[in-house]
Amino acid sequence: MNKKVILQLDALTCPSCLTKIETAVKAEPGVGEVKVLFNAGKVKADIDDQVTSAEKLSDVVTKLGYEVEKVKVKDL
Amino acid sequence: MKFQIYIQKHTTQITWTTAALIVAGFLSKYLINSTVFYQIFLAVASIIAVIPIAIHAYQAIRAKVISIEFLVTVAVVGAFIIGEYNESAIVTFLFLFGNFLEQKTLSKTRESIKSLTEMAPTTAEIVQSDGSIEEVDIDDVDEGDIVLVKTGAAIPVDGVVVEGNGYADEAAVTGESREVNKSLDDEVFSGTMLSDGFLKIKATKVGDDTTFAKIVELVEDAQDTKSHAEKFIDRFSQFYTPAVLLIALAVFIFSRDFKLAITVLVLGCPGALVIGAPVSNVAGIGNGAKRGILIKGGEVMDTFAKIDTFVFDKTGTLTKGSTSVSATKRYNDDFKQTLALTAKVETLSDHPLGRAIMQYADDQKIDYRNLAIRDNQTVKGQGIIAKIEDHQVLVGNMKLMTAHQVMISEQQRADLTELQGTGSSVVIVAIDDQIAATFGVSDVIRPEVAEELAALKAGGAKHLVMLTGDNQVTANYVAQQLGIDEVHAELLPDQKVEYVKQFQDQGRHVAFVGDGINDSPSLATADIGIAMGSGTDVAIETSDVVLMQSSFAALVHAYKLAKKTVLNTRENVTIAIAVVAFLLIGLIAGFIYMASGMFVHEASILVVIFNAMRLINFGKKNDAKLAPEVVHG
Repeated sequence: MNKKVILQLDALTCPSCLTKIETAVKAEPGVGEVKVLFNAGKVKADIDDQVTSAEKLSDVVTKLGYEVEKVKVKDL
Repeated sequence: MKFQIYIQKHTTQITWTTAALIVAGFLSKYLINSTVFYQIFLAVASIIAVIPIAIHAYQAIRAKVISIEFLVTVAVVGAFIIGEYNESAIVTFLFLFGNFLEQKTLSKTRESIKSLTEMAPTTAEIVQSDGSIEEVDIDDVDEGDIVLVKTGAAIPVDGVVVEGNGYADEAAVTGESREVNKSLDDEVFSGTMLSDGFLKIKATKVGDDTTFAKIVELVEDAQDTKSHAEKFIDRFSQFYTPAVLLIALAVFIFSRDFKLAITVLVLGCPGALVIGAPVSNVAGIGNGAKRGILIKGGEVMDTFAKIDTFVFDKTGTLTKGSTSVSATKRYNDDFKQTLALTAKVETLSDHPLGRAIMQYADDQKIDYRNLAIRDNQTVKGQGIIAKIEDHQVLVGNMKLMTAHQVMISEQQRADLTELQGTGSSVVIVAIDDQIAATFGVSDVIRPEVAEELAALKAGGAKHLVMLTGDNQVTANYVAQQLGIDEVHAELLPDQKVEYVKQFQDQGRHVAFVGDGINDSPSLATADIGIAMGSGTDVAIETSDVVLMQSSFAALVHAYKLAKKTVLNTRENVTIAIAVVAFLLIGLIAGFIYMASGMFVHEASILVVIFNAMRLINFGKKNDAKLAPEVVHG
């Protein structure tokens, strides 16, 4: 895990979306800790950039039906 | 995939279409007596409305979660199969409409945070080395860059002013809206507004490292840090939804009543229970954030509400923090030299007493800054020993003098007692092992503190305790002025921690209020650590509650807010449980069916959200008290 990805989503309204997103993102290879902030509408995930990328995670979330407004990557 | 996103983006339109179709259905039934049209309209409405719900249900199943949407989808499909089109249409509509209202009202409870994040500028104007100006994305600004800020713009970085002059509104980092003058070498903060003037700023912190970004992140995290009640409900609801599915199945197997079984599915939605607790916390934390009060999450809220003992650290917390030399006693002929040496020693420390003495020397136009320090040593809780030019200088308290066998005469001892009696802190100076002077430095007691401490007690605090490194006499004097119940003086930082532990052993719930700089251990040990009046990184990290402005009105507000929020959460959980009980009784007694059940369910969700929204405006009428005090330079 060497990068932290922060995805800014549209407002989340159902608490079950949270579990949904968290499970789906976690299932990706190369993803460590995942935190979904319900009220801020953010997904924070630690990733290994050798294995996966911010774009890939953004894709996963989009496929679940949530629009990703902004992607940010930080070094851990 | 496109289809899913399309549907999700147009859920609102789908909701209204469903509503129109339902109305059309009922009109055709009662106006033109056409049962066929009635059935068709409602069937179409059901099909359209169930699509977004089913999509959510499917996505959740793929993530191995049985969601509320799944229960509703099964129920609606069931109703559709047995031809109950009106039930299926109304249930789906109510569910979508309920979600729509939830979204609207929830965003209301989140508004305060949103307005906070929107204050952050997205671009910055950088001054290039050739003097030209380039506008860049905020993420591309580096530390050390010179940034230009004009009137009306938000300051994009933390930094120091290198050129220009202006007034900044620092509400974003301090919670108090007031104009602060900014000129050369002044610190400015990202997210604050330059309401007048023009500044060139050298960036010291950019992006996520700025104080403002830290505050935003903290508040965002806080709103999602769950209280014990929420964690319990989360666990509970994970098993609850599958359990409802099984119960419905069992009902069908034993009663062979399909309609009853699908009704159970709809009634089983845990709605208000799931949303009730978090929404109270979000509204409560938002209320605080707007006033420069950062409460780190639901758990902190719970604990804070239970606090009965407040422990204060005197220096700078209960007093104005702006100390000044109020008396001097001179014991040698060259007071100017004594003052110069003392002031020079104090340049080594960041202690408020030291600052007061440096200020005093500056006021007397004493030139001490060019003296050479040959050697120095700081003795924790005692003072400083330094070798300046060819003098051995001791600056500190009685303990320091005793430890170095400096003789004190009867007269000097009497002077000390006299100074301390006036509530001053005393700094003793010995030069070459002879007492040279004593300085009385008084901490100006903050005028509003006594009143606010009384309000704290009225709000439910039982013990107010002061732990201080100052001497007993000063401590007693301050405590007496402020109405503090218990005083322990002449303490070192680790002794303060011991007292905090001792109170906890007595079964008290302890909050420690400090400035967050010297008292990190106590802040961490106490049940609730409250850092007051500084937006420093350390304070933000080690404490549970951060008061951005050094105001006791904010402390009182935070305490009352915590109590109010916890009460609000309880109300919501009670409402939710009462609704479930009501639905259950209704089902057994036979006056609740699918559509009416869904109505009660959605209504209860809105009731808990509205209840939480009351927290947003909590304390509004007292806000005048949180307004600025005196502006210091």
